[in-house]
This record gives sequence, C-alpha cells and structure tokens, in this order.
Amino acid sequence: MTTTQERSVPKPAFTDAEAGARTFPDSEARRFNYFSSAKRKQSHYEDVTVEVQPDPRHYLSQGWIYGFADGRGGYPLDWTALKAWGQDRPEPVRSPGSGGAGYEWPAHGWHEFRDPNEEWEQTIYRNSSNVVRQLNQNIDAARQSKAFEQWNPNWVDFVARHVGAWMHVDHGLGLYLFANANRRGPTNMHNTALAVNSTHRIRSAQDLALYNLTLSEEIDAFDGGAHVQAWSSDPAWQGVREVAEQLTSTWDWAEAVFATNLVFEPLVGELFRSNLVQQAAPANGDFITPTLIGAEEYDYAERDLRCTKAMFAPMVSDREFAEHNTGILQSWLQSWLPRCLEVARTLQPLWSQPDAKPPRFEDGLDRAKSRFTAIVSELSLRVPKELNQ
Amino acid sequence: MSRQSVAKAHQKIQELSWEPAYHEPVSHYGTDYTFRKAKKKDPLKQVLRSYFPMEEEKDNRVYGAQDGAIRGNMFRQVQQRWMEWQKLFLSIIPLPEISAARAMPLLFRTVPNPELHNGQAIQMIDEVRHSTIQQNLKRLYMNNYIDPAGFNSSLRGFQNDYAGTIGRQFAEGFITGDAITAASIYLTIVAETAFTNTLFVAMPGEAAANGDYLLPTVFHSVQSDESRHISNGYATLLMALSDESNHQLLARDLRYAWWNNHCVVDAAIGTFIEYGTKDRRKDRESYAEMWRRWIYDDYYRSYLVPLEKYGLEIPHDLIEESWNRIWNKGYVHEVAQFFATGWIANYWRIDPMTDEDFEWFEHKYPGWYDKYGAWWENYNRLSVPNGHKPIAFEDVDYVYPHRCWTCMVPCLIREDMVMDEVDGQWRTYCSEPCHWTDKVAFRPTYQGRQTPNMGKLIGSREWETLYHNWNFADIVKDMGFVRDDGNTLTAQPHLDLDPKKMWTLEHLRRCPPFPSPNVTLNEMTEAEREAFRADYVRQGPAGRPAPAS
Repeated sequence: MTTTQERSVPKPAFTDAEAGARTFPDSEARRFNYFSSAKRKQSHYEDVTVEVQPDPRHYLSQGWIYGFADGRGGYPLDWTALKAWGQDRPEPVRSPGSGGAGYEWPAHGWHEFRDPNEEWEQTIYRNSSNVVRQLNQNIDAARQSKAFEQWNPNWVDFVARHVGAWMHVDHGLGLYLFANANRRGPTNMHNTALAVNSTHRIRSAQDLALYNLTLSEEIDAFDGGAHVQAWSSDPAWQGVREVAEQLTSTWDWAEAVFATNLVFEPLVGELFRSNLVQQAAPANGDFITPTLIGAEEYDYAERDLRCTKAMFAPMVSDREFAEHNTGILQSWLQSWLPRCLEVARTLQPLWSQPDAKPPRFEDGLDRAKSRFTAIVSELSLRVPKELNQ
Repeated sequence: MSRQSVAKAHQKIQELSWEPAYHEPVSHYGTDYTFRKAKKKDPLKQVLRSYFPMEEEKDNRVYGAQDGAIRGNMFRQVQQRWMEWQKLFLSIIPLPEISAARAMPLLFRTVPNPELHNGQAIQMIDEVRHSTIQQNLKRLYMNNYIDPAGFNSSLRGFQNDYAGTIGRQFAEGFITGDAITAASIYLTIVAETAFTNTLFVAMPGEAAANGDYLLPTVFHSVQSDESRHISNGYATLLMALSDESNHQLLARDLRYAWWNNHCVVDAAIGTFIEYGTKDRRKDRESYAEMWRRWIYDDYYRSYLVPLEKYGLEIPHDLIEESWNRIWNKGYVHEVAQFFATGWIANYWRIDPMTDEDFEWFEHKYPGWYDKYGAWWENYNRLSVPNGHKPIAFEDVDYVYPHRCWTCMVPCLIREDMVMDEVDGQWRTYCSEPCHWTDKVAFRPTYQGRQTPNMGKLIGSREWETLYHNWNFADIVKDMGFVRDDGNTLTAQPHLDLDPKKMWTLEHLRRCPPFPSPNVTLNEMTEAEREAFRADYVRQGPAGRPAPAS
C-alpha cells in the first residue's frame, strides 16, 4: 500500500470578514472621504484618480521630501503661467508643534478639474483595443478584396508621401509634448488625461507607420520610405514640421497643450485630415485610409478636444484669476494663430496632387477657421483678427 | 491581427523619429551623466497594435476574478490581520506607480536615443494602468471588507502619516533630482528590477495564503508589465556604462538607491509578510528566505554581478550589510515592533501575535522569542483599553526611537545610529549609508566633481516635529484618523470590532504630551547630546533601554 505525504498548503479559514457582518463605528462608511465629487455622487473615475498625486497645500503635512537641485519638489504650480483660485496663498508652513493641517480640501482650483472622458486604465485599453482591432480588420479586409488595386496611381504616391508624413506629427507631439506634459500638470487628473492624450497620438503614429508597411507589401509602386523624405525636405511639410517642433519646445505645459489642441489641431490637423485626406480618398478609390484617419479624428474631436476644453474653460471663469488667465490665453492665441495659419497655407499644394480633386483648399480652410472660431468662442476668448487676414 | 511580424513592425516604427531641424524639444530636466548618441535597440519590441489588446485581455482576467471573488464571498475567508496591512500598502503604492509614469519624460532629453523613447512611452501607459488598477482594488476592499475605516480615508492618511511619508521616497525619488539617478538608477535598475519581486510576487503569494486572491490577481498582472520596464532600465544602464566618466556617478547612485530601497521596501514588505500573515506553516518561506532567493540570488548575483565586467562598481558591502540587517540584526522585527508601538498614529489595526506566531518566529529566526517575545506579550496585554495607556506610553522596556533623517524609518538598530550636525541641524541616521546619502551624495559636488543636477532631501522629514508636545488625541484628530462617531480611533491594537473594546480619543487624552525626538536633540547642550548618543547606541535589541553601566 502506498502512502501519500500530505502536501503543505495554507488552510482556508472562515473569518466572516465581509461587509455588513458587524455594526461598529465606520462600518457603513464605504466612500472615499478625502475629496468632494464634481457631481452628486463620486464617480468610479474620481475614486481611482483624485488625490493620488499629493499636495502640500492640504493633506501632505510633511511636504515634498525630494527636490530638484533648486530645492523644489513635486509639481510646482508655476510650471504654467495660468493660475487657479487659491494658489497664491502661501504654502502652509510646518514647524515644531505646528500640526499637519493645511488648507481645507481642495485648497486651490486646479483640483476641481475632471476629465469629461473619465479616463483610467479600463477606458484606455477598451477604447484603444477597439480601435486597433477595427483598423486591423479593415486593412485585412482591404487586402483580401484587393482594394488597393483600385487606387489611382497619384493617390498611391499621395498616401506614401503625405498621409505618411502626418505620422511624424503624431509621434513628435505624442511623445515630446503630451507624454512630457504628464510630468508637468498640477494634479493627477491633469496628468492622467495628458498621458491618455499622448497614447492617442503615439498610437495614431504607429497606426500610420504600420499601415505604410502593409502598403509597401501590397502595392508594388508604393514607396515605404517616401514619408521620411517628405517630412524632412518637401517644402509643403516644412512649415508643419517647424511648428510641430516649436510646440514641443514650449516650456509652459499648458501653453503647449492649449496651442496644440485648440489652435494647431483645428487649423492644421483637421484641415489636413478631415478636409483633405477624408475628402479626397473616396474619389481616388480609397475607402481604407479614411478609416485610419477617422480613428484619429475621433480621438481628437470626441476625446482630446473635449478634455482640453474642460481643462481650460474653468481658467477663464476662475473666481480669482479669470482676468489674468484670459489675458494669458489670449496672448497664446495671438502668438500661435498666425504661425498655424501660415502653416495651413503651406499645405495648399497638396490639394492639387490627387487625380480626383478634393473640395477647394479655401473651402477647407474656411471650415477649419469656423471650427476654430467655435472652439475659441466656447471658451469665451476673442478670435484674433489675424484669422481673417 | 495583422500578419506582420513583431520584429518587422517594430523596425518600421523606428522611422517615426526625426532629428529636429528648427527647434529642439524643451529640456526640463538635467543630468550630470553624459551620453553619446548611440544605436541601442529598444528592448521592449512592443507596438501599440498588439499592446492594447494584450493589456485588455489581462484586464478582463483581473476584473473577471474580482467579480468571482465577490460572488464567491471571498471576504468570508480573508484574514483581517492581512487585510489591515493592505490599508497601508494600498494607500502607498498607487503614487509610486503613477510617479513612474511621470518619470519617463525625465529620460526623453537626457538619453539621446529615440528607440528607447518608445519603450519609455509604453512604460508610461503601463504605470497609469498600475496606479488606477490598484486604486480600484482598494475601492473594492473598502466596499466589501468588514472594516472600511482606513480604506475610506486612504489617500489623506497616506499624505499625513509618517508611514506614508516613508513610502513616498519610493515615488518622489523617481521624479526629482538628476534625471538618470531618479528615473533610471533608482526607479528601473533598483526599485523595479530588484524590489518589485518582493512587492509584487512574494507579497501576493502571502495574500493568497490569507484568503485574499485578488491581490495576487492584480499584482501578478502588474508584475507581468514590470519585466518590460526592467529591460528599459537595462538598456539605459548599458548606454551609461559605455562612457567611463559616468562610472563614478553610477557607483554613487547604486549605493544610494540600493540602500534606500532596502531601508524602505524591506521595512514595509517584510512587516506585511511576517506580521500580517496567519499562515504559520513551518515550511513556508520567511521574508528572509524570500529575500535571499529573489533579491540576493536573482537580482544581485544573476543581474548585478555580471555587470561588473563592464565597469559597474557594485556595492557588495551594502548588499551584504542589508542581509546582515535582515538576518542578524532583526531589521524587519524591529520595524514591525515600531509600527505596533506607534499604532495610535496609524490608520489600520494591528493584530497581536499569538503563541502560534511566537513558535513560527522562533523556528524561522532562532532567538526571536528572547528578543521580542516579552514585548509582544505586553502588546497583547495592553491591546484592549482597561484603564491603562497605549503601549507607547507604558513601561514595557522600550525606548521610543529617533528617526533617520534620510530614509525616515526610525534608527531601530540602535548600535548603528549615527548623529551629526548637517546643514546647521543635529540629525540622526539609522546607519552610515543613510548618513552618507544626506551628507555626501545629495550634494552639488561629489568627490570633488561638480554635480549641479543632483537632487536635495527636503521637507519636514521628522513627522514628530509637527506635533512636538501635543497630546495624542489632538494629533489623531488633526490627522483625521477618527471613525464616523467622532470618537473611536481608526487604528486599533487588536482586531475586535466590539465598540466597547475599541480605543477612543478620550483614552488618548490621558497620555502625556508627545515630544519630538529631533527637536529635543537640538535643544540639548553638547554634553547632553553626546551622553544621548552614547546611551542610544547601547540600547536594543527590541528597543530595550541601555543596560546600566
């Protein structure tokens, strides 16, 4: 007879440690109690984002404990010229016997920002997975139905050079502007939203790059390296490239985000994507490129723009710094609008390149300007007169 | 999925980067390291097309398990002793995670290799995942575990409690100071490569043994991302090593990062695993055994030592001393005893140890009972209020310790305490390496070399200073660690939820004022200070007063 040695495993025990098993102080207090929700009920999004990044102005009693060489730690509020109510009050000074209490939560207006898209990990992966799955299926379907054979020859070149060039804009802004900004914002809600914006742009860049790879494999005449040449030396793209680089070189994180999502994107991004590629592709036999561009368009128009408006709208109605902020935002508009408008015009030669022509450049630019005007007006800012020059 | 191979796809996305022709990206962060532009392959070879669905699938498994745990009444079987420590752990860990996301941009301009930036961007997204998935787990615990107190006040508690401050080093250290010191050496080379093994693998194993299979579900999912981050750090380290002028800084940073991680992570995770478990099978690994396997063998011997031939100066002495502290000097036991001494300043409950625990400790750490047994018996005796004061104010042969200015864990191995006047203030340090970190490493010059980008240790680093001479009832109220009846403390030195056995603010009113050790030290005369030092280093083990000479 064989004997089996008893395995050493932990023994389950009945502990009755589930909610409601007993009544005692706090037994029903099942809500994070250290912040106020934006709406009546705390949202799941708020629960997983609010207060993760601490603030010495309310609860962080010992202050930041590591600093840069200049002795400043954490997330200084003056990393942008914009201001939110309460931020000019001095940071609470803690000293022997001072206690740890700071200002009452939220202590200043930056903490009131909530991302209207309520992004956290589940939304990031669900949304982005849906996009990449759908795009892959679209491209596979196109390949199987030999859809690329229907493209006009000039369109093949257009996609290789110009649609391809846009991937560099996405990549540069995604990485060096939005990902960079995720270290700069004053609260966890800002920085998480900026990280998500970054993932949208980096994903769009990769979508276009991998699409380009597929086209290189599927279309004999497709030059998979033409986008690099267009981006580095085609005069039509040098303006875009210069402004994209200038955006990434902007020191103030809020200015960089504002200028990108509220000026550059409506006047240059949407002009190129919605008013050129989306309009020209069908007539040139291409039903597949618009699905990629459309995915990026949706991310921008329905998510990132929505979030950016929610980020900046409170600044112009701030109960303490509305005037200051309006002046700053207005100056940013003043400085970025002419650059972006000029860049938009440098793209004009692209409109004449496809065999089947899209609607006129001027019509597309008018639409982009109207879009820009609507966004600026929504934020109660003045549309600079340069728009109509 | 597309049929394109990962290698081919990854090669293609390298075409995305370009050399700026008109404007350089903004440079917000500095480093004293020098990097030559060099081709270095992105070790992650990850493209977002496959990354997002992979993570979504991982998420589905995590959230499916969470549904299953609730439907299967997991909380009828979880050990309260274990869950209470999660109130501390899960208040700390979402910040280090999100700080790792924030740390990635520190590397963009300082490491001139666009290929690596792709991996860093993916790590940024991963870290957003980790932070929010962990917050979500805590939310689930708050909603389903018997005692939500401490979970419900989690991030306030984390921000104003000394234990949270100790944990914050494991976050703020990633995002400030010299960009390479912070985001590469401290974060990826030491914290992620060495210590996430105990954090995210060893600890979840202990959770499962205590009836909680959600912590392993979430943290193993997290750990499967960490392995990619380790590759990020390795690639940057090899680039740094290729320039000999960096070797001096690498040696400095590895010493600092190793020792700080040891002080902080071993204190916390060691306590959770050894004092938070009810699993006292003699053949289950102790924290010391896990440490030897995961950190000493897997990290030190298999990962670090092979890098020596590339010129990396490895702090062998500190690694051996860490082991010495864990195995011979009772580091984890001293920390757990301190946590329990100071239970009144906490926002979680600490279960007394029982005879079964004593037997296990004696088996795993021979000599444990002689050192710590009597104190834990006193803890048990004093756990329910009965006319006495909390243990910190009773005579149980324990001297309240001074705090280490650098790692902020108290100076518990008394004979190793270092006292020095630094920046015009008398400070105590738990050990010589922590003294060196403050006095030598975090300075604008190092061994005669200019290090203008090195960070600074700042803040009110001794928590007790804030409450110098306060009554503990007022301290607890100030921190907000009071339950919804306005009187019962969130923390308790036992697990009995009978309101009649729970400590209240009224009980604390009987305690004498609580002086700050550091303020007191600075008020002493030189002779008094020297006498204090001479006495302190003769104290212990287990916090015992110095023997009469």
